[in-house]
Amino acid sequence: MSSAAAAPVPRYLLEARGVRKSFGTTEVLKGVDLLVEPGKLVFLIGPSGSGKSTLLRCCNRLEEPDGGSIIMDNVDLLSPRTDINAARRQIGMVFQSFNLYPHLTVQKNITLALRKVAGMSTADANARAAEMLALVGLPDKAASYPAQLSGGQQQRIGIARSLALNPKIILMDEPTSALDPELVGSVLAVVKDLRARGITMVIASHEMNFAREAADKVVFLDGGLVIEQGSAEDVFLRPQEDRTKRFLAQIRH
Amino acid sequence: MEQFTQEFFNLDVMAKVAPFLLQGLLQTLLLCSFLIPIGLVSGILVMLLTTSPYRLLRWPAIAAVDFFRAFPPLVLLVFVYAGLPFIGLRVPALVAVAVAFLINSASYYGEIYRAGMVSVPKGQREAARSTGLSATQTLLYVTLPQAIRNVLPDLLSNTVELVKLTTLASVISVPELLHSANLARSLTYNSSPLILAAIIYLLLLLPVVRLIARLEHRL
Repeated sequence: MSSAAAAPVPRYLLEARGVRKSFGTTEVLKGVDLLVEPGKLVFLIGPSGSGKSTLLRCCNRLEEPDGGSIIMDNVDLLSPRTDINAARRQIGMVFQSFNLYPHLTVQKNITLALRKVAGMSTADANARAAEMLALVGLPDKAASYPAQLSGGQQQRIGIARSLALNPKIILMDEPTSALDPELVGSVLAVVKDLRARGITMVIASHEMNFAREAADKVVFLDGGLVIEQGSAEDVFLRPQEDRTKRFLAQIRH
Repeated sequence: MEQFTQEFFNLDVMAKVAPFLLQGLLQTLLLCSFLIPIGLVSGILVMLLTTSPYRLLRWPAIAAVDFFRAFPPLVLLVFVYAGLPFIGLRVPALVAVAVAFLINSASYYGEIYRAGMVSVPKGQREAARSTGLSATQTLLYVTLPQAIRNVLPDLLSNTVELVKLTTLASVISVPELLHSANLARSLTYNSSPLILAAIIYLLLLLPVVRLIARLEHRL
């Protein structure tokens, strides 16, 4: 489309600024910025309760921020005029506890939104599901139910489900925290593959080794604030802030 | 013993009144054919109100559900049947039964659905909404099917109760099974028609009760 070519390419695909969120009297986010360039993998790290999950959940409005602005690919997510259901199609989400639909087969888990939101025919949606299952390395699981799969397989289905809608960005909320150690690798391999395909991702995670290896940017949150951010190398090897140093020392033990 | 058998298990009397009782059974089945769907659907609507995020909808709905679950259904039925003419509404007995049962069973079914919805983890709704499904689509395709599956034995149990509760319609002279049996009893000066009615209810409901037990075992 010629009009698309004329439009200015935004520097950031996701541009969250000054995001604030309180639960009751607890202020979980105290004005957080999160800037994500297209095609990059951003890691959110920090102690539990630091606001990582809440920040991610604000970025598709599963949580309603109390203040700040969130722009996703030129769409103001917090504007009352924005169709949030349409916007969410562009924002994939992967959950710590997978949240697959237990009453539906793997295929239907993936095709539900394709059929009901994207308006695909069942045949097209099934073809797309098969493509996604091949991509996450589970091509023979279409007819299985989630309960028949291991945690690692379930999470790869979770990734396939969000990826099927062809989102501009995928948010992952501790995608490997609920997995047995020997299953983590299979999920991270999929993430690495997505990164190679140029898919933009924001991942809240404690997988520091993986972050060091794969992240384009690491953001350290503590107490609802961004304490430090930079390349994986900068944050892990040359942390500037005391809180970052303490956190990194703690998780190494 | 002979007298007891004559009074309760008199096969001659049973054979004589059987066609009449079958008429009553048809009326009972007719009642069930609309009372059960009305209850199942209105229960979902009541559940949507009692789980609504809006207090102005939720509180009155919870109050009404509590009230009608504690209120004797027989009194409710008579009240609807004999009370509606006072506000200028003359309704056939079947309509009065439908209205009274709507109020009563919507409350019971509503509470069962609510328990089912509570049992669905909130991550299910979040996963659905995060893929762009609307609130209604999420309810229809994700949360409600799981809720129903989780409380299927309770829904069926309540339906068995509802079928038995249709005997209440006899007090406003709807010629359902119990009403027919009672009439036959007074005509034959013998209690065997009541036993026959009980046998019919057993044949009708025992398979369902067995099914419920199997479902509970499976879950």
